[in-house]
Amino acid sequence: MTTNATTLPARTAPAGPTRALRPRIRGTVAERVFVTRSLLQELRDPESMLMAVVLPVMLMLMFTFIFGQAIDPSGGYVDYVVPGIILLCAGFGASSTAVSVSRDMTTGIIERFRTMPLRSGAVLTGHVVVSVIRNLFATAVVIAVALLVGFRPDATALDWLAMFGVVALYILAITYLFAAIGLAASSPEAANGYGFILLFLPYVSSAFVPVETMPDWLRPIAEHQPITPVIETIRSFLVGTPLGSSGWVALAWCLGIVLAAAVWGAWLFRRKAGRR
Amino acid sequence: MELAIQARGLRKRFGSTEVLAGLDLAVQAGSIFALLGPNGAGKTTTIGILTTLVRPDAGAATVVGADVRTAPAEVQRRIALTGQSAAVDGELTAIENLVMLGRLSGLGRRQARAKAAELLARFELEGAAKRRVSTFSGGMRRRLDLSLSLVVDVPVLFLDEPTTGLDTRSRQELWAIIRSLADAGTTVFLTTQYLEEADRLADRIAVLDRGTIAAEGTAAELKARVGGEFVELRDADGELLREIPTDGSVHALRGAIDELDRSELGAVPGARIGIRRPSLDDVFLAITAGGTPGSPGSSAVRSGELLETN
Ligand SMILES: Nc1ncnc2c1ncn2[C@@H]1O[C@H](COP(=O)(O)OP(=O)(O)O)[C@@H](O)[C@H]1O
Ligand SMILES: [Mg+2]
Repeated sequence: MTTNATTLPARTAPAGPTRALRPRIRGTVAERVFVTRSLLQELRDPESMLMAVVLPVMLMLMFTFIFGQAIDPSGGYVDYVVPGIILLCAGFGASSTAVSVSRDMTTGIIERFRTMPLRSGAVLTGHVVVSVIRNLFATAVVIAVALLVGFRPDATALDWLAMFGVVALYILAITYLFAAIGLAASSPEAANGYGFILLFLPYVSSAFVPVETMPDWLRPIAEHQPITPVIETIRSFLVGTPLGSSGWVALAWCLGIVLAAAVWGAWLFRRKAGRR
Repeated sequence: MELAIQARGLRKRFGSTEVLAGLDLAVQAGSIFALLGPNGAGKTTTIGILTTLVRPDAGAATVVGADVRTAPAEVQRRIALTGQSAAVDGELTAIENLVMLGRLSGLGRRQARAKAAELLARFELEGAAKRRVSTFSGGMRRRLDLSLSLVVDVPVLFLDEPTTGLDTRSRQELWAIIRSLADAGTTVFLTTQYLEEADRLADRIAVLDRGTIAAEGTAAELKARVGGEFVELRDADGELLREIPTDGSVHALRGAIDELDRSELGAVPGARIGIRRPSLDDVFLAITAGGTPGSPGSSAVRSGELLETN
Protein backbone atom coordinates (compact mmCIF):
# COMPACT_ATOMS: atom_id res chain seq x y z
CA MET A 1 0.00 0.00 0.00
CA THR A 2 1.21 3.45 -0.77
CA THR A 3 -1.04 5.20 1.66
CA ASN A 4 1.66 4.27 4.14
CA ALA A 5 0.25 5.83 7.23
CA THR A 6 2.98 8.10 8.52
CA THR A 7 0.86 9.11 11.44
CA LEU A 8 3.32 10.66 13.82
CA PRO A 9 3.46 9.72 17.46
CA ALA A 10 1.60 12.06 19.74
CA ARG A 11 3.87 14.72 21.11
CA THR A 12 4.41 14.74 24.81
CA ALA A 13 6.37 17.97 25.19
CA PRO A 14 4.74 20.91 26.95
CA ALA A 15 2.35 22.68 24.64
CA GLY A 16 3.10 26.07 23.13
CA PRO A 17 1.13 28.45 25.31
CA THR A 18 3.25 27.72 28.36
CA ARG A 19 6.29 29.12 26.52
CA ALA A 20 7.95 32.47 27.10
CA LEU A 21 6.86 35.46 25.09
CA ARG A 22 9.19 37.69 23.08
CA PRO A 23 10.17 40.50 25.45
CA ARG A 24 9.22 44.03 24.47
CA ILE A 25 12.23 46.18 23.81
CA ARG A 26 12.59 49.43 25.68
CA GLY A 27 13.47 53.00 24.75
CA THR A 28 15.62 53.46 21.71
CA VAL A 29 17.09 49.95 21.52
CA ALA A 30 15.61 49.39 18.05
CA GLU A 31 17.03 52.67 16.73
CA ARG A 32 20.45 51.91 18.17
CA VAL A 33 20.48 48.39 16.78
CA PHE A 34 19.51 49.65 13.33
CA VAL A 35 22.17 52.38 13.39
CA THR A 36 24.74 49.69 14.22
CA ARG A 37 23.39 47.58 11.39
CA SER A 38 23.62 50.39 8.83
CA LEU A 39 27.11 51.22 10.08
CA LEU A 40 28.22 47.60 9.61
CA GLN A 41 26.74 47.56 6.10
CA GLU A 42 28.64 50.77 5.39
CA LEU A 43 31.94 49.36 6.62
CA ARG A 44 31.40 46.24 4.49
CA ASP A 45 31.39 48.42 1.43
CA PRO A 46 34.63 50.41 1.57
CA GLU A 47 34.63 50.97 -2.19
CA SER A 48 31.51 53.08 -2.23
CA MET A 49 32.81 54.97 0.80
CA LEU A 50 36.04 55.58 -1.08
CA MET A 51 34.17 56.69 -4.18
CA ALA A 52 32.12 59.11 -2.14
CA VAL A 53 35.33 60.85 -1.11
CA VAL A 54 37.58 60.31 -4.12
CA LEU A 55 35.16 61.48 -6.77
CA PRO A 56 34.51 64.93 -5.31
CA VAL A 57 38.23 65.34 -4.61
CA MET A 58 39.02 64.48 -8.23
CA LEU A 59 36.41 66.91 -9.43
CA MET A 60 37.87 69.60 -7.23
CA LEU A 61 41.39 68.99 -8.52
CA MET A 62 40.11 69.05 -12.07
CA PHE A 63 38.26 72.29 -11.59
CA THR A 64 41.06 74.07 -9.80
CA PHE A 65 43.98 72.92 -11.93
CA ILE A 66 42.44 72.46 -15.39
CA PHE A 67 39.43 74.76 -15.75
CA GLY A 68 40.52 77.09 -12.97
CA GLN A 69 43.46 78.47 -14.96
CA ALA A 70 41.19 79.30 -17.84
CA ILE A 71 38.45 80.83 -15.74
CA ASP A 72 40.69 82.85 -13.46
CA PRO A 73 44.41 82.91 -14.41
CA SER A 74 45.32 84.51 -11.07
CA GLY A 75 44.56 81.17 -9.39
CA GLY A 76 41.72 82.47 -7.25
CA TYR A 77 39.17 80.07 -8.71
CA VAL A 78 39.81 77.51 -6.00
CA ASP A 79 38.29 79.87 -3.45
CA TYR A 80 35.21 80.15 -5.63
CA VAL A 81 34.69 76.49 -6.41
CA VAL A 82 35.37 74.79 -3.07
CA PRO A 83 31.97 75.56 -1.53
CA GLY A 84 30.32 74.03 -4.59
CA ILE A 85 32.48 70.92 -4.35
CA ILE A 86 31.61 70.57 -0.68
CA LEU A 87 27.92 70.42 -1.60
CA LEU A 88 28.51 68.08 -4.48
CA CYS A 89 30.32 65.76 -2.10
CA ALA A 90 27.69 66.11 0.59
CA GLY A 91 25.03 65.07 -1.88
CA PHE A 92 27.05 62.32 -3.46
CA GLY A 93 26.64 59.87 -0.63
CA ALA A 94 22.92 60.45 -0.14
CA SER A 95 21.93 58.38 -3.17
CA SER A 96 23.30 55.26 -1.49
CA THR A 97 20.67 55.78 1.19
CA ALA A 98 18.00 55.25 -1.45
CA VAL A 99 19.67 51.98 -2.43
CA SER A 100 19.88 50.70 1.17
CA VAL A 101 16.28 51.63 1.91
CA SER A 102 15.03 50.06 -1.29
CA ARG A 103 16.98 46.89 -0.59
CA ASP A 104 15.33 46.55 2.80
CA MET A 105 11.87 47.14 1.40
CA THR A 106 12.16 44.68 -1.46
CA THR A 107 14.06 41.72 0.01
CA GLY A 108 11.60 40.59 2.64
CA ILE A 109 13.66 41.58 5.65
CA ILE A 110 11.17 44.33 6.46
CA GLU A 111 8.50 41.66 6.87
CA ARG A 112 10.52 40.02 9.59
CA PHE A 113 10.93 43.30 11.47
CA ARG A 114 7.24 44.05 11.02
CA THR A 115 6.21 40.80 12.67
CA MET A 116 8.21 41.74 15.76
CA PRO A 117 6.97 44.07 18.48
CA LEU A 118 9.10 47.09 17.53
CA ARG A 119 8.89 50.30 15.51
CA SER A 120 9.88 49.01 12.09
CA GLY A 121 10.36 52.60 10.87
CA ALA A 122 13.53 52.54 12.96
CA VAL A 123 15.14 50.72 10.03
CA LEU A 124 14.98 54.01 8.12
CA THR A 125 16.34 55.98 11.07
CA GLY A 126 19.40 53.71 11.00
CA HIS A 127 20.10 54.42 7.34
CA VAL A 128 19.55 58.18 7.68
CA VAL A 129 21.79 58.58 10.74
CA VAL A 130 24.64 56.61 9.17
CA SER A 131 24.34 58.44 5.86
CA VAL A 132 24.58 61.81 7.62
CA ILE A 133 27.67 60.69 9.56
CA ARG A 134 29.35 59.34 6.44
CA ASN A 135 28.66 62.43 4.37
CA LEU A 136 29.90 64.78 7.07
CA PHE A 137 33.09 62.74 7.22
CA ALA A 138 33.50 62.86 3.43
CA THR A 139 32.92 66.61 3.53
CA ALA A 140 35.64 67.05 6.15
CA VAL A 141 38.09 65.10 3.95
CA VAL A 142 37.24 67.24 0.94
CA ILE A 143 37.82 70.43 2.92
CA ALA A 144 41.17 69.10 4.16
CA VAL A 145 42.27 68.37 0.58
CA ALA A 146 41.03 71.78 -0.53
CA LEU A 147 43.21 73.46 2.10
CA LEU A 148 46.18 71.44 0.81
CA VAL A 149 45.70 72.62 -2.78
CA GLY A 150 45.51 76.26 -1.89
CA PHE A 151 42.03 77.02 -0.63
CA ARG A 152 42.46 80.03 1.63
CA PRO A 153 39.24 80.68 3.45
CA ASP A 154 38.76 83.79 5.48
CA ALA A 155 36.66 82.32 8.26
CA THR A 156 36.53 82.55 12.03
CA ALA A 157 35.88 79.52 14.20
CA LEU A 158 32.28 80.63 14.41
CA ASP A 159 32.05 80.84 10.61
CA TRP A 160 33.35 77.29 10.34
CA LEU A 161 30.82 76.12 12.86
CA ALA A 162 27.99 77.87 11.02
CA MET A 163 29.23 76.40 7.73
CA PHE A 164 29.18 72.87 9.14
CA GLY A 165 25.71 73.53 10.51
CA VAL A 166 24.47 74.48 7.06
CA VAL A 167 26.19 71.51 5.42
CA ALA A 168 24.74 69.13 8.04
CA LEU A 169 21.26 70.49 7.48
CA TYR A 170 21.65 70.17 3.73
CA ILE A 171 22.90 66.59 4.12
CA LEU A 172 19.98 65.78 6.37
CA ALA A 173 17.54 67.22 3.83
CA ILE A 174 18.82 65.25 0.85
CA THR A 175 19.25 62.10 2.94
CA TYR A 176 15.60 62.30 3.93
CA LEU A 177 14.70 62.93 0.32
CA PHE A 178 16.65 59.93 -0.86
CA ALA A 179 15.30 57.70 1.89
CA ALA A 180 11.84 58.57 0.57
CA ILE A 181 13.00 57.94 -3.01
CA GLY A 182 14.26 54.55 -1.85
CA LEU A 183 10.78 53.81 -0.52
CA ALA A 184 9.18 54.86 -3.78
CA ALA A 185 11.60 52.98 -6.05
CA SER A 186 10.62 49.56 -7.32
CA SER A 187 14.11 48.08 -6.92
CA PRO A 188 17.53 49.00 -5.53
CA GLU A 189 18.78 49.45 -9.10
CA ALA A 190 16.01 51.91 -9.86
CA ALA A 191 16.74 53.72 -6.60
CA ASN A 192 20.36 54.05 -7.67
CA GLY A 193 19.28 55.68 -10.91
CA TYR A 194 17.70 58.63 -9.12
CA GLY A 195 21.14 59.61 -7.81
CA PHE A 196 21.78 61.44 -11.06
CA ILE A 197 19.61 64.32 -9.88
CA LEU A 198 22.17 65.32 -7.30
CA LEU A 199 25.04 65.01 -9.72
CA PHE A 200 23.28 67.21 -12.19
CA LEU A 201 21.75 69.94 -10.04
CA PRO A 202 25.03 71.53 -8.86
CA TYR A 203 26.02 72.27 -12.46
CA VAL A 204 22.90 74.34 -12.89
CA SER A 205 23.71 76.43 -9.84
CA SER A 206 26.30 78.95 -8.78
CA ALA A 207 28.62 76.08 -7.78
CA PHE A 208 31.08 76.32 -10.66
CA VAL A 209 30.33 79.56 -12.45
CA PRO A 210 28.41 82.65 -11.32
CA VAL A 211 24.76 82.53 -12.28
CA GLU A 212 25.14 85.86 -14.15
CA THR A 213 27.26 84.16 -16.80
CA MET A 214 24.51 81.69 -17.71
CA PRO A 215 22.14 82.07 -20.66
CA ASP A 216 18.96 84.03 -19.90
CA TRP A 217 16.65 81.02 -19.97
CA LEU A 218 18.79 79.06 -17.53
CA ARG A 219 19.36 81.84 -15.01
CA PRO A 220 15.99 81.74 -13.27
CA ILE A 221 16.31 77.98 -12.81
CA ALA A 222 19.82 78.26 -11.44
CA GLU A 223 18.89 81.12 -9.13
CA HIS A 224 15.79 79.52 -7.70
CA GLN A 225 16.89 75.96 -7.17
CA PRO A 226 17.77 74.98 -3.60
CA ILE A 227 21.47 74.38 -4.14
CA THR A 228 22.34 77.94 -5.11
CA PRO A 229 21.30 79.60 -1.82
CA VAL A 230 22.98 76.83 0.16
CA ILE A 231 26.21 77.34 -1.79
CA GLU A 232 26.00 81.11 -1.45
CA THR A 233 25.54 80.71 2.31
CA ILE A 234 28.58 78.47 2.63
CA ARG A 235 30.58 80.82 0.41
CA SER A 236 29.62 83.71 2.61
CA PHE A 237 30.75 81.93 5.75
CA LEU A 238 34.02 80.72 4.26
CA VAL A 239 35.23 83.47 1.95
CA GLY A 240 33.13 86.39 3.11
CA THR A 241 30.98 87.06 0.04
CA PRO A 242 27.79 89.01 0.89
CA LEU A 243 25.18 86.73 2.44
CA GLY A 244 22.07 88.70 1.50
CA SER A 245 18.92 86.65 1.88
CA SER A 246 20.67 83.41 0.93
CA GLY A 247 20.92 82.21 4.52
CA TRP A 248 17.21 82.33 5.14
CA VAL A 249 16.32 80.97 1.75
CA ALA A 250 18.72 78.06 2.24
CA LEU A 251 17.29 77.36 5.68
CA ALA A 252 13.76 77.43 4.31
CA TRP A 253 14.65 75.09 1.45
CA CYS A 254 16.37 72.57 3.70
CA LEU A 255 13.64 72.51 6.33
CA GLY A 256 11.00 72.38 3.60
CA ILE A 257 12.68 69.40 1.96
CA VAL A 258 13.05 67.59 5.31
CA LEU A 259 9.39 68.16 6.06
CA ALA A 260 8.12 67.20 2.61
CA ALA A 261 10.34 64.10 2.45
CA ALA A 262 9.29 63.03 5.95
CA VAL A 263 5.58 63.33 5.12
CA TRP A 264 5.98 61.63 1.75
CA GLY A 265 8.23 58.94 3.25
CA ALA A 266 5.85 58.21 6.12
CA TRP A 267 3.01 57.84 3.63
CA LEU A 268 5.06 55.54 1.39
CA PHE A 269 6.23 53.48 4.35
CA ARG A 270 2.68 52.96 5.56
CA ARG A 271 1.58 52.02 2.09
CA LYS A 272 4.46 49.64 1.39
CA ALA A 273 5.09 48.26 4.86
CA GLY A 274 1.77 48.93 6.52
CA ARG A 275 -0.76 46.18 7.10
CA ARG A 276 -2.16 45.30 3.73
CA MET B 1 -6.26 19.92 23.71
CA GLU B 2 -5.45 23.57 23.60
CA LEU B 3 -5.60 25.49 20.34
CA ALA B 4 -2.59 27.61 19.39
CA ILE B 5 -4.18 29.15 16.30
CA GLN B 6 -7.82 29.68 15.59
CA ALA B 7 -9.27 31.42 12.54
CA ARG B 8 -12.85 31.90 11.59
CA GLY B 9 -14.31 33.18 8.32
CA LEU B 10 -11.15 34.93 7.12
CA ARG B 11 -11.74 36.89 3.94
CA LYS B 12 -9.28 38.87 1.89
CA ARG B 13 -9.53 40.42 -1.52
CA PHE B 14 -6.85 42.21 -3.51
CA GLY B 15 -8.56 44.34 -6.11
CA SER B 16 -10.84 42.05 -8.05
CA THR B 17 -9.30 38.76 -6.90
CA GLU B 18 -10.84 37.18 -3.87
CA VAL B 19 -7.92 35.34 -2.31
CA LEU B 20 -9.56 34.09 0.87
CA ALA B 21 -13.29 33.44 0.92
CA GLY B 22 -14.08 32.46 4.47
CA LEU B 23 -11.17 30.44 5.78
CA ASP B 24 -11.49 28.45 9.02
CA LEU B 25 -8.52 26.97 10.84
CA ALA B 26 -7.80 25.31 14.15
CA VAL B 27 -4.27 24.30 15.05
CA GLN B 28 -3.48 22.26 18.14
CA ALA B 29 -0.78 23.64 20.39
CA GLY B 30 2.49 21.78 19.95
CA SER B 31 1.61 20.24 16.59
CA ILE B 32 2.91 20.68 13.06
CA PHE B 33 0.20 21.97 10.76
CA ALA B 34 0.66 22.18 7.01
CA LEU B 35 -1.35 24.43 4.73
CA LEU B 36 -1.14 22.80 1.32
CA GLY B 37 -1.92 24.55 -1.93
CA PRO B 38 -0.50 25.41 -5.36
CA ASN B 39 1.09 28.70 -6.28
CA GLY B 40 -1.33 31.59 -5.85
CA ALA B 41 -3.73 29.69 -3.62
CA GLY B 42 -3.44 32.24 -0.84
CA LYS B 43 -0.98 30.53 1.52
CA THR B 44 1.21 33.58 1.99
CA THR B 45 -1.85 35.75 2.45
CA THR B 46 -3.09 33.43 5.20
CA ILE B 47 0.28 33.53 6.95
CA GLY B 48 0.26 37.31 6.49
CA ILE B 49 -3.04 37.61 8.33
CA LEU B 50 -1.96 35.32 11.15
CA THR B 51 1.34 37.19 11.57
CA THR B 52 -0.27 40.69 11.53
CA LEU B 53 1.22 41.68 8.16
CA VAL B 54 -2.09 41.61 6.32
CA ARG B 55 -5.38 42.95 7.56
CA PRO B 56 -8.30 40.61 6.86
CA ASP B 57 -11.39 42.12 5.21
CA ALA B 58 -13.57 39.97 7.45
CA GLY B 59 -13.25 37.21 9.98
CA ALA B 60 -11.27 36.79 13.16
CA ALA B 61 -8.11 35.00 14.18
CA THR B 62 -6.29 34.46 17.43
CA VAL B 63 -2.76 33.23 18.04
CA VAL B 64 -2.24 31.79 21.51
CA GLY B 65 -5.19 33.81 22.70
CA ALA B 66 -4.13 37.14 21.15
CA ASP B 67 -6.39 38.65 18.49
CA VAL B 68 -4.58 39.57 15.26
CA ARG B 69 -6.86 42.53 14.68
CA THR B 70 -7.16 44.10 18.09
CA ALA B 71 -3.85 43.08 19.69
CA PRO B 72 -1.23 42.80 16.92
CA ALA B 73 1.63 43.63 19.27
CA GLU B 74 0.59 40.79 21.58
CA VAL B 75 0.45 38.41 18.61
CA GLN B 76 3.95 39.56 17.61
CA ARG B 77 5.25 38.58 21.05
CA ARG B 78 4.02 35.03 20.51
CA ILE B 79 5.25 34.32 17.00
CA ALA B 80 8.24 34.15 14.73
CA LEU B 81 8.01 34.20 10.94
CA THR B 82 10.39 32.76 8.40
CA GLY B 83 8.93 34.10 5.21
CA GLN B 84 8.99 32.95 1.64
CA SER B 85 11.84 35.21 0.57
CA ALA B 86 14.86 34.88 2.82
CA ALA B 87 14.71 37.65 5.41
CA VAL B 88 18.41 37.78 6.12
CA ASP B 89 20.79 40.70 5.77
CA GLY B 90 23.20 39.73 3.01
CA GLU B 91 25.65 42.50 3.86
CA LEU B 92 26.15 41.24 7.40
CA THR B 93 27.76 38.03 8.63
CA ALA B 94 25.71 35.17 10.05
CA ILE B 95 26.69 36.04 13.60
CA GLU B 96 25.87 39.72 13.09
CA ASN B 97 22.45 38.79 11.76
CA LEU B 98 21.76 36.64 14.82
CA VAL B 99 23.02 39.19 17.33
CA MET B 100 20.94 41.90 15.66
CA LEU B 101 17.78 39.79 15.88
CA GLY B 102 18.59 38.87 19.48
CA ARG B 103 18.96 42.52 20.45
CA LEU B 104 15.73 43.39 18.64
CA SER B 105 14.07 40.58 20.58
CA GLY B 106 15.02 42.11 23.90
CA LEU B 107 18.20 40.18 24.71
CA GLY B 108 21.14 41.97 26.23
CA ARG B 109 24.39 42.19 24.30
CA ARG B 110 25.98 39.23 26.07
CA GLN B 111 22.83 37.13 25.97
CA ALA B 112 22.45 37.83 22.26
CA ARG B 113 26.03 36.71 21.58
CA ALA B 114 25.57 33.52 23.58
CA LYS B 115 22.32 32.70 21.80
CA ALA B 116 23.93 33.38 18.42
CA ALA B 117 26.77 30.97 19.19
CA GLU B 118 24.30 28.34 20.34
CA LEU B 119 22.16 28.62 17.21
CA LEU B 120 25.15 28.63 14.86
CA ALA B 121 26.26 25.35 16.40
CA ARG B 122 22.79 23.86 16.27
CA PHE B 123 22.31 24.77 12.60
CA GLU B 124 25.84 23.73 11.64
CA LEU B 125 26.81 27.21 10.55
CA GLU B 126 29.78 27.68 12.87
CA GLY B 127 32.26 27.46 10.03
CA ALA B 128 30.46 30.24 8.20
CA ALA B 129 29.71 32.40 11.24
CA LYS B 130 31.93 35.24 10.13
CA ARG B 131 31.16 35.07 6.43
CA ARG B 132 28.92 37.54 4.70
CA VAL B 133 25.51 35.98 4.21
CA SER B 134 25.43 37.03 0.54
CA THR B 135 28.06 34.32 -0.07
CA PHE B 136 25.85 31.58 1.43
CA SER B 137 24.26 28.74 -0.51
CA GLY B 138 20.47 28.50 -0.64
CA GLY B 139 20.37 25.82 2.04
CA MET B 140 22.63 27.79 4.41
CA ARG B 141 20.54 30.90 3.93
CA ARG B 142 17.38 29.01 4.75
CA ARG B 143 18.95 27.51 7.87
CA LEU B 144 20.11 30.94 9.01
CA ASP B 145 16.70 32.39 8.22
CA LEU B 146 15.10 29.74 10.40
CA SER B 147 17.64 30.21 13.19
CA LEU B 148 16.80 33.94 13.22
CA SER B 149 13.27 32.96 14.17
CA LEU B 150 14.59 31.04 17.17
CA VAL B 151 16.57 33.71 19.02
CA VAL B 152 13.78 33.56 21.56
CA ASP B 153 11.62 30.47 22.12
CA VAL B 154 8.25 31.79 21.05
CA PRO B 155 5.23 29.47 21.16
CA VAL B 156 4.30 29.58 17.47
CA LEU B 157 6.56 29.41 14.45
CA PHE B 158 5.29 30.30 10.95
CA LEU B 159 7.22 28.92 7.99
CA ASP B 160 6.17 29.98 4.50
CA GLU B 161 7.33 27.35 2.00
CA PRO B 162 10.43 26.55 4.04
CA THR B 163 12.02 24.17 1.53
CA THR B 164 10.92 25.47 -1.86
CA GLY B 165 13.92 25.66 -4.16
CA LEU B 166 16.20 23.55 -1.97
CA ASP B 167 18.01 20.40 -3.03
CA THR B 168 16.97 17.08 -1.52
CA ARG B 169 19.70 17.01 1.09
CA SER B 170 19.05 20.53 2.40
CA ARG B 171 15.36 19.80 2.38
CA GLN B 172 15.79 16.72 4.54
CA GLU B 173 18.08 18.59 6.94
CA LEU B 174 15.44 21.25 7.32
CA TRP B 175 12.71 18.69 7.88
CA ALA B 176 14.74 17.17 10.71
CA ILE B 177 15.17 20.59 12.31
CA ILE B 178 11.48 21.43 12.01
CA ARG B 179 10.53 18.11 13.54
CA SER B 180 12.90 18.65 16.46
CA LEU B 181 11.34 22.05 17.10
CA ALA B 182 7.90 20.55 17.32
CA ASP B 183 9.22 17.80 19.56
CA ALA B 184 10.42 20.50 21.91
CA GLY B 185 6.90 21.94 22.09
CA THR B 186 6.80 24.67 19.44
CA THR B 187 3.64 24.88 17.38
CA VAL B 188 4.69 24.93 13.73
CA PHE B 189 2.43 26.34 11.02
CA LEU B 190 3.94 25.79 7.60
CA THR B 191 2.80 26.18 4.02
CA THR B 192 3.92 23.98 1.19
CA GLN B 193 3.19 23.02 -2.39
CA TYR B 194 4.47 19.51 -1.86
CA LEU B 195 2.29 16.73 -0.59
CA GLU B 196 5.42 14.82 0.34
CA GLU B 197 6.57 17.60 2.63
CA ALA B 198 3.21 17.79 4.35
CA ASP B 199 3.17 14.01 4.52
CA ARG B 200 6.60 13.74 6.16
CA LEU B 201 6.23 16.60 8.58
CA ALA B 202 2.72 17.48 9.47
CA ASP B 203 0.39 16.06 12.11
CA ARG B 204 -2.47 17.59 10.19
CA ILE B 205 -2.80 18.94 6.68
CA ALA B 206 -5.29 21.45 5.32
CA VAL B 207 -5.83 21.79 1.58
CA LEU B 208 -6.43 25.35 0.45
CA ASP B 209 -8.57 25.71 -2.63
CA ARG B 210 -10.49 28.69 -3.98
CA GLY B 211 -10.04 30.61 -0.77
CA THR B 212 -11.33 28.02 1.65
CA ILE B 213 -10.14 24.84 3.31
CA ALA B 214 -11.32 22.12 0.94
CA ALA B 215 -10.17 19.24 3.15
CA GLU B 216 -8.40 18.76 6.43
CA GLY B 217 -6.97 15.71 8.09
CA THR B 218 -3.89 13.57 8.61
CA ALA B 219 -1.77 12.65 5.61
CA ALA B 220 -3.24 9.15 5.61
CA GLU B 221 -6.79 10.47 5.62
CA LEU B 222 -6.14 12.76 2.68
CA LYS B 223 -4.37 10.18 0.60
CA ALA B 224 -7.08 7.65 1.24
CA ARG B 225 -9.35 9.99 -0.69
CA VAL B 226 -7.10 9.74 -3.73
CA GLY B 227 -6.20 6.08 -3.75
CA GLY B 228 -2.83 4.56 -4.48
CA GLU B 229 -0.39 4.33 -7.38
CA PHE B 230 -1.24 5.44 -10.88
CA VAL B 231 -0.21 3.30 -13.82
CA GLU B 232 0.58 5.51 -16.75
CA LEU B 233 1.48 4.95 -20.36
CA ARG B 234 3.63 7.42 -22.24
CA ASP B 235 4.68 7.48 -25.89
CA ALA B 236 8.28 7.73 -27.06
CA ASP B 237 8.24 11.54 -26.57
CA GLY B 238 7.01 11.21 -23.01
CA GLU B 239 3.48 12.39 -23.82
CA LEU B 240 0.90 10.85 -21.52
CA LEU B 241 -1.35 8.45 -23.40
CA ARG B 242 -3.35 6.94 -20.60
CA GLU B 243 -3.40 6.93 -16.82
CA ILE B 244 -5.15 4.41 -14.58
CA PRO B 245 -5.69 4.97 -10.87
CA THR B 246 -5.23 1.94 -8.61
CA ASP B 247 -5.33 1.22 -4.91
CA GLY B 248 -1.69 0.22 -5.01
CA SER B 249 -2.21 -3.52 -4.51
CA VAL B 250 -0.39 -6.07 -6.68
CA HIS B 251 -3.71 -7.26 -8.01
CA ALA B 252 -4.88 -3.80 -9.07
CA LEU B 253 -1.53 -2.92 -10.65
CA ARG B 254 -1.57 -6.15 -12.69
CA GLY B 255 -5.13 -5.41 -13.72
CA ALA B 256 -4.17 -1.97 -14.93
CA ILE B 257 -1.21 -3.27 -16.87
CA ASP B 258 -3.34 -5.99 -18.46
CA GLU B 259 -5.86 -3.38 -19.45
CA LEU B 260 -3.18 -1.31 -21.18
CA ASP B 261 -1.80 -4.41 -22.83
CA ARG B 262 -5.20 -5.22 -24.28
CA SER B 263 -5.92 -1.72 -25.54
CA GLU B 264 -4.53 -0.52 -28.87
CA LEU B 265 -2.47 2.08 -26.93
CA GLY B 266 -0.22 -0.68 -25.67
CA ALA B 267 0.84 -1.31 -29.24
CA VAL B 268 1.96 2.24 -29.95
CA PRO B 269 5.62 1.97 -30.97
CA GLY B 270 7.98 3.06 -28.18
CA ALA B 271 5.21 3.35 -25.60
CA ARG B 272 6.43 2.87 -22.05
CA ILE B 273 4.69 2.06 -18.85
CA GLY B 274 5.37 3.80 -15.53
CA ILE B 275 4.06 3.84 -12.02
CA ARG B 276 3.77 6.98 -9.95
CA ARG B 277 2.42 7.93 -6.56
CA PRO B 278 -0.46 10.37 -6.10
CA SER B 279 0.60 13.97 -6.60
CA LEU B 280 -0.75 17.08 -5.00
CA ASP B 281 -2.73 17.55 -8.20
CA ASP B 282 -4.42 14.21 -7.68
CA VAL B 283 -5.34 15.11 -4.11
CA PHE B 284 -6.60 18.35 -5.48
CA LEU B 285 -8.67 16.80 -8.20
CA ALA B 286 -10.08 14.24 -5.82
CA ILE B 287 -11.06 16.85 -3.30
CA THR B 288 -12.13 19.70 -5.53
CA ALA B 289 -13.66 17.88 -8.49
CA GLY B 290 -15.73 15.56 -6.39
CA GLY B 291 -13.53 12.52 -6.62
CA THR B 292 -12.70 11.31 -10.10
CA PRO B 293 -8.96 11.17 -9.61
CA GLY B 294 -6.68 10.42 -12.46
CA SER B 295 -9.22 10.50 -15.24
CA PRO B 296 -7.33 10.04 -18.50
CA GLY B 297 -4.81 12.74 -19.20
CA SER B 298 -5.94 14.92 -16.37
CA SER B 299 -3.68 15.62 -13.50
CA ALA B 300 -0.18 15.07 -14.72
CA VAL B 301 -0.96 17.04 -17.82
CA ARG B 302 -2.45 19.90 -15.87
CA SER B 303 0.69 21.03 -14.16
CA GLY B 304 3.42 18.60 -15.00
CA GLU B 305 4.37 18.57 -11.34
CA LEU B 306 4.79 14.98 -10.31
CA LEU B 307 5.41 14.00 -6.78
CA GLU B 308 8.92 12.81 -6.33
CA THR B 309 9.31 10.21 -3.68
CA ASN B 310 12.69 8.70 -3.19
N1 LIG C 1 -0.35 42.69 -1.91
C1 LIG C 1 -1.02 42.12 -2.92
N2 LIG C 1 -1.62 42.88 -3.85
C2 LIG C 1 -2.32 42.32 -4.86
N3 LIG C 1 -2.46 41.00 -5.05
C3 LIG C 1 -1.89 40.18 -4.17
C4 LIG C 1 -1.13 40.69 -3.06
N4 LIG C 1 -0.67 39.64 -2.34
C5 LIG C 1 -1.12 38.53 -2.97
N5 LIG C 1 -1.85 38.84 -4.06
C6 LIG C 1 -2.50 37.88 -4.96
O1 LIG C 1 -3.25 36.99 -4.17
C7 LIG C 1 -3.14 35.67 -4.66
C8 LIG C 1 -2.64 34.75 -3.59
O2 LIG C 1 -1.32 35.06 -3.28
P1 LIG C 1 -0.47 34.32 -2.18
O3 LIG C 1 -1.17 34.41 -0.87
O4 LIG C 1 0.91 34.89 -2.23
O5 LIG C 1 -0.49 32.81 -2.68
P2 LIG C 1 0.52 31.60 -2.37
O6 LIG C 1 1.39 32.02 -1.22
O7 LIG C 1 -0.35 30.45 -2.04
O8 LIG C 1 1.31 31.37 -3.61
C9 LIG C 1 -2.25 35.73 -5.88
O9 LIG C 1 -3.06 35.76 -7.02
C10 LIG C 1 -1.50 37.03 -5.71
O10 LIG C 1 -1.20 37.58 -6.96
MG1 LIG D 1 3.40 32.17 -1.12
